[in-house]
Amino acid sequence: MMSEYTIKIDKNEWEIVCGLEIHCQIISKSKIFSAASTQFGDEANENVSFVDLGMPGMLPVLNEHCVYQAVKTGLGLNAQINKYSVFSRKNYFYPDQPNGYQITQYEYPIVGKGFVKIGLSDGSSKEIGITRIHIEQDAAKSIHDLNPKKSYIDFNRAGVGLMEIVTEPDFSSPEEAGAFLKKLRSIVRYLGTCDGNMDEGSMRCDASISVRLKGEKTLRERAEIKNVNSVKFVMQAIENEAKRQIEIYEQGGIIEQQTRHFDPQTGTTKFMRKKEYANDYRYFPEPDLPPLYLTDEYIEKVKSEMVELPDAKKERFIKDYGLTAYDADVLTESVELADFFEKAAKGHDGKKVANWILGDLFANLNANKLTLDKSPVAPQMIGDLVDLISKGVISGKIAKDVFATMWQTKQMPTQIVEEKGLKQVSDSGAIESMIDSVLAANPENIAAYKAGKTNLFGFFVGQVMKQSKGAANPQMVGEILKKKLG
Amino acid sequence: MAINNEMVKQVAFLARLKIDEDKTESTKDEFNAILNWIEQLQEVNTEGVEPLFSVRDSKLSLRQDEVTDGNIKQDVLKNAPMQEFGYFAVPKVVE
Repeated sequence: MMSEYTIKIDKNEWEIVCGLEIHCQIISKSKIFSAASTQFGDEANENVSFVDLGMPGMLPVLNEHCVYQAVKTGLGLNAQINKYSVFSRKNYFYPDQPNGYQITQYEYPIVGKGFVKIGLSDGSSKEIGITRIHIEQDAAKSIHDLNPKKSYIDFNRAGVGLMEIVTEPDFSSPEEAGAFLKKLRSIVRYLGTCDGNMDEGSMRCDASISVRLKGEKTLRERAEIKNVNSVKFVMQAIENEAKRQIEIYEQGGIIEQQTRHFDPQTGTTKFMRKKEYANDYRYFPEPDLPPLYLTDEYIEKVKSEMVELPDAKKERFIKDYGLTAYDADVLTESVELADFFEKAAKGHDGKKVANWILGDLFANLNANKLTLDKSPVAPQMIGDLVDLISKGVISGKIAKDVFATMWQTKQMPTQIVEEKGLKQVSDSGAIESMIDSVLAANPENIAAYKAGKTNLFGFFVGQVMKQSKGAANPQMVGEILKKKLG
Repeated sequence: MAINNEMVKQVAFLARLKIDEDKTESTKDEFNAILNWIEQLQEVNTEGVEPLFSVRDSKLSLRQDEVTDGNIKQDVLKNAPMQEFGYFAVPKVVE
């Protein structure tokens, strides 16, 4: 049973009801209704066609790849693919959209109901309902801070394909929303349908939040928080907005339906507008685009091109490599990491390979602020290292040094061990002579040991290991030493 | 549905059309006349008839995902009433 998240004020126990809307920029070469490039970061207004500007006589033509990407995403979210969908005009007046409307989908979206399974920190899991996904065009980027009297508009982003993913109001804690966003990001990245970079704006999130007393069946008025642009911010926004609403109710006030803005500086939300002043979008069917029909064959074809998704991969890692659920979760967060692990684990002890990746490799990557693709340590090196330990060639302690060396030199562990002479000494004669010389140098400690200071045993082991530069097989050292000290 | 003067002003605002104060009344009457005429359609029994979203008979044609447009910055900005630093410049808009 999942632990419940509530906020208690005196005798009142409040719970959160939250749903998310996520705008995901579709990965495609060209825009959804024009043939201009979707490239991010180019010079302003470089990737703009007359269609994107709504010039007279220009007509939208739907990009088949954007349709494909939306269907793929729908399948990845276990959702119903609608064989019939319709484009609509959402009318609003703003300089980021010179047509005066956005082409989107309204009554008949391309993807219907689905779900995403999320894992929570207490080990439980929960299904979050997907209401729908519709496809639409992105708006231009407005820049307000370059001139006190003017706004500047860059249309490079105008017309880039978007998937708007709408969830059911199934989130009852900030943690659930955070886990969902991470999972969604991981899924779209696996599928290659959106790059999921919230800081670059290719994935943007709005949150609808209301609160109610525990046990209440109906929903209270909600506030919509616009454009919260990191997982951490979404979690903060939910927590702080819920607290704000609860405080108002506790003081006998009421919440009006409204749109609010998240302030990353304070982590709190600010009033933007009341719903009654909200835009009247006057949706109507897009006359320039007839309805979109998909066939069963088409949907089957997309299905056949699906990749293994995080959940399936996680299960397989647990089953095939004996990983813990937690390790499998972390290792399947991105395809790149999962592939790295599989390359490293191939033919080796998967559990131990996972430990090295999640331990020393991650620690070194973090310390050097490197991403996995820049890692000097290749997957094969980790597999090799694990083998050297399990075959008894080197001790776990020496392996740490070998790891540090291969991080610097990019050499295979076998080669490092060879060159540096790090092979574990398991020759009892050699160990015995090292022990003899240590004992000869410490007659007082022997006397003290024999007089009952038995914790000096560790001292002797340490001295032998030191003399062997860590190469002596520690188990054998212990055994022989025990006999000698008898 | 009957249109009142407030609604006329609201529709004019949404469409960014200026309707002079002394024309509000007559515009309202025109709106209502049009709506009344259209309302005759309500007499048709549409039970079990799916809504029609397009009167075009043609199939939606799709495009291959290829970049064949854009890179025409000069042309794109040519008709802009105001431009600066390669951007379209507009009177300040902040929500």
